[in-house]
Amino acid sequence: MSDLNALEAETLTAIAAAQDEAALENVRVAALGKKGSISALLATLGKMSPDERKTAGAQINALKDKVSEALGERKGLLKEAALEARLASERLDVTLPVRESGVETGRIHPISQVMDELTAIFADLGFSIAEGPDVESDDYNFTKLNFPEGHPAREMHDTFFFAPNAAGERKLLRTHTSPVQVRTMLNRKPPIRVICPGRTYRCDSDQTHTPMFHQVEGLVIDKQANLGHLKWILEESCKAFFEVPSVKMRFRPSFFPFTEPSMEVDIQCSRKGGEIRFGEGEDWLEILGCGMVHPNVLRNCGVDPDEYQGFAWGMGIDRIAMLKYGMPDLRPFFDADVRWLSHYGFRPLDFPTLAGGLSA
Amino acid sequence: MKFTLSWLKDHLETSASTTEIVDTLTRIGLEVEHVDNPAEKLKDFIIAHVVEAKPHPNADRLRVCLVDAGGDAPVQVVCGAPNARTGLKSVFSPPGTYIPAKGITLGKGVIRGVESNGMLCSAFELELSNDHEGIIELPADAPVGQTYVSYAGLDEPVIEINLTPNRPDAAGVHGVARDLAAAGLGRLKERDIKPVAGAFPCPVNVNLDFAPADKHLAPLFALRLVRGVKNGPSPEWMQKRLKEIGLRPINALVDITNYLTFDRARPLHVFDAKKVAGDLVVRRAKAGEEIVALDGKTYKLDENNVVICDDNGVESIAGVMGGEASGCDEGTTDVLIESALWDPLNIARTGRGLGIVTDARYRFERGIDPEFTVAGAELATRLVMEICGGEPSTLVVAGAAPAAKPAIEFPWSEVKRLTGLDLTPSEMASILEKLGFGVMAQATNADRVFVQIPSWRPDVEGKADLVEEVLRIAGLDRVVSTPLLREEQTIGKPILTLLQKRTRAARRALASRGLVEAVTWSFVSKSRATLFGGGAPELALANPIASDLSDMRPSLLPGLIAAVQRNADKGLGDAALFEVGQVFRGDGEGDQRMSAAGVRRGGAKPSGAGRHWSGRSVSVDAFDAKADVMALLATLGVPVAGMQLTPGAPAWFHPGRSGTLQFGPKNVIGYFGELHPGVLEELDAQGPIVAFEILLDEIPPPKAKPTKTKGKLEVSEFMPLERDFAFVVDRAVKAGDILRAAQGADRALIAGADIFDVYEGTGVPEGKKSVAVSVTLQPREKTLTDAEIEAVAAKVVAEVSKKTGATLRG
Repeated sequence: MSDLNALEAETLTAIAAAQDEAALENVRVAALGKKGSISALLATLGKMSPDERKTAGAQINALKDKVSEALGERKGLLKEAALEARLASERLDVTLPVRESGVETGRIHPISQVMDELTAIFADLGFSIAEGPDVESDDYNFTKLNFPEGHPAREMHDTFFFAPNAAGERKLLRTHTSPVQVRTMLNRKPPIRVICPGRTYRCDSDQTHTPMFHQVEGLVIDKQANLGHLKWILEESCKAFFEVPSVKMRFRPSFFPFTEPSMEVDIQCSRKGGEIRFGEGEDWLEILGCGMVHPNVLRNCGVDPDEYQGFAWGMGIDRIAMLKYGMPDLRPFFDADVRWLSHYGFRPLDFPTLAGGLSA
Repeated sequence: MKFTLSWLKDHLETSASTTEIVDTLTRIGLEVEHVDNPAEKLKDFIIAHVVEAKPHPNADRLRVCLVDAGGDAPVQVVCGAPNARTGLKSVFSPPGTYIPAKGITLGKGVIRGVESNGMLCSAFELELSNDHEGIIELPADAPVGQTYVSYAGLDEPVIEINLTPNRPDAAGVHGVARDLAAAGLGRLKERDIKPVAGAFPCPVNVNLDFAPADKHLAPLFALRLVRGVKNGPSPEWMQKRLKEIGLRPINALVDITNYLTFDRARPLHVFDAKKVAGDLVVRRAKAGEEIVALDGKTYKLDENNVVICDDNGVESIAGVMGGEASGCDEGTTDVLIESALWDPLNIARTGRGLGIVTDARYRFERGIDPEFTVAGAELATRLVMEICGGEPSTLVVAGAAPAAKPAIEFPWSEVKRLTGLDLTPSEMASILEKLGFGVMAQATNADRVFVQIPSWRPDVEGKADLVEEVLRIAGLDRVVSTPLLREEQTIGKPILTLLQKRTRAARRALASRGLVEAVTWSFVSKSRATLFGGGAPELALANPIASDLSDMRPSLLPGLIAAVQRNADKGLGDAALFEVGQVFRGDGEGDQRMSAAGVRRGGAKPSGAGRHWSGRSVSVDAFDAKADVMALLATLGVPVAGMQLTPGAPAWFHPGRSGTLQFGPKNVIGYFGELHPGVLEELDAQGPIVAFEILLDEIPPPKAKPTKTKGKLEVSEFMPLERDFAFVVDRAVKAGDILRAAQGADRALIAGADIFDVYEGTGVPEGKKSVAVSVTLQPREKTLTDAEIEAVAAKVVAEVSKKTGATLRG
């Protein structure tokens, strides 16, 4: 019996002393291996009498269990210590900067963003997007729009012209997006609801004018669209675009060859420290021109002005972008300076939606 | 168009305030641009009496004055003016007054030990003249304590309206007054202009010498001689008005014509009759004829100009400017007064062609009231006789006013139809009548009337114009905002076309790659256009604004390359830009394309720009541009399996480091690669710059599918396995061909193939390269045996060898 006790004490001491898994394995083999001390004791059982075997068997097996348990426990401890030691040695300086990804550095130009905003607003009202070529005919840019012969806009100092082609036709760069109205009416039967965003050109270059700029035009033609509807559309779309709860608008009679009656629209705002805010203040800011489509224009586009009627409006995309987002000057829009674009541009995934809000 | 308040009141009997008038003008379409009242900045200056002026105890040139400015007691003022003396009436500014000429607000002060409570002022200090020799001297009866502006008649608001080109009638004060009267601001003062009886026949005749087709150039011409006039400065009141609106008084005869130009929108001309030889002939000018005009400049004329001539030659450019030779001056005793009608288009062209801007041209090119031609001559005659005396001849009238426009048949309902505004016929009729329209009821139909257009309204042609007249006077603010909802009461339908969707998605895709969107000019220089495949004569502007913006761009690349270089020149060398915009292949309807292009410069890699601790610094290369293109096509959902990629691209790319993407021999969608160093040099740009350009309209549209259901997903239950091959091929063999051959070796089992190494050098023969390919096998029905795997591998080797001449590397 004392042999067993001594063996137990000796083996448990060796287990506790083992400093790594290899040393522990040596202890295990010495005790429980084929030729191990406990295995040797178990082998003696066969030669014993049944009574002896009963007593000694129970004692030896109890020893074996105890040693096995101690081995398992020690093994767990050693594994844990080894992992801790490894983790302690594995350190990164996580303050090192990572590379910026495309979604961080990429930008959408404010003009594109505003076009997407306008699309979101007017799609909701059932408008589609109509487009036309930048190189236009004199007929679509002027004649069909009721510009009289000799109108100053038809002169070289206002409009970019090309040399007359083989057919004697002198093409031009459209001076407004209104020829798209003409194309739309010629190609589609009313009811018509479109907005026409696009590039436009005029021979003009100074602090506030660039030879190329962007306009958006709206056109509604049906059997009942009147100025009341125009007012509502403009008020609602301006509120939505500028993301303000209310706007106050002032309609002034004005003149355009392609609308009759014609109006200019001012929007009430406040100007404080160079910042313009809508829905408050005492100043008026002109933002667009509009009117009922001139009967001559309807006729020129094959629409009977006594059966159909409608309205159109037009405004500068660059200008409303400046008003909403506060760029002080127009010229940098076309300079492609990455500092300006990074500052005033929009993140790649800032999709303007009505559901999520136009701007972040 | 400028006028003063008191001038307006000559034509409008009104009690309205300036503010009411200004607001109303803008409300009815005569937009007020400025109201300038010199009185406003001078309102604190008052008339004062110098009770006593005595020498300053400490300064020889200063005086100490006791000034009575109407207050309780005289105030003490130190004054340095030599004319400050006892008994003088002058202009006084108390402390707190803003002094315009000095830009300061006056305070109390102590000057050389003597207190001074305000200032006696010179005309210079009030910005009324350059005279700062002494303080203003007023007559002895000037009322002490009254404001100087009211005493001096300076309280005169000058109103400037921004006149739209359709309203020539409002280029005269009378027309402005008519609109205001119609808007309810008072009563229009109509004056009968009685013809002046001629004392003798006009000795000068007028011949309108035009071919029948040209009659419209000068339909009507009235002329009268007034002899024995005394020309000199015009009366004070006339000079004051002309000065207030910014005109320089010249002499009475000339001032009268200028006055009526603004008063009645009726430009006139006066000739010194003694300098006119023989009769007047009105005709087209002859090429090469010249005239020295009233501005002293010589103008070369041609057949497009209409002129008035006498026996000496050309005396006046019709409707634009008179000639110096026959002009009126102080010595004029006999004057010929011309009141004529000209063709607006011809006047506009002549004025523009000669570069002459005058008040006469401004009115004639918009359209003058033809019915006021003779009346204008009569009114001018009366003013000449009133101011300069003299004896009038009979009036010579050549030609006739054009026939009046026919009346418009106008259903009252038209106003409601176009504006939504419900007005009574009586209100509408009243507005039209006050504007001078004739409203004639129809006996058979009370719902519609005939409306006669007044002769001064060339802009009114039809029903819509009448609606505008009624509306602007009734008030646009009365139009009620009315919802215009979507026509179908359904959830909104998609509205974007395929190209519109692609354009929008392309922008987001490229921005997500770290590229920054630029918007560059649609035009580039001729040399750049030519360099990038454009420069055709039909796309060259006839009148470019600058020589570097002369031709429509054939590609977005020249603009983008210039833009990255501009950034590099500012120290931002690692720039990556893109643009999605139009490019031009011709001037025809279908020749415009929507292009998406990008450029990367320096170290602006897709993985991040510039040096970084995690890796060595590398420059952009053709594969960065290729990766941008592939990401773009993936975002657009373009199936690239059917796309061919061939080496090489147009001449502006590096021939050996570029590729062309196409969906068939004639369906090229774009290019990518390194830019040609020669092209960069011509653009003054320093590389490395890589670029791509994809024409979005050229990408084949997706195939229409009957349902939205995606095809069934086939997932094998067996493990995929990879086998690697190292092939040795000629350098020129394309990796794409190796991959295609490998994949084609067994379409059922091979799920993919990729290249994981390309090597040239030691161990590989000269002129060859080693390409390491990994092929993924996907068993479908059972686990593959070694023999089966070997068989597929053998097929891969055989197929690649057959297609590319490859051998397995030993």
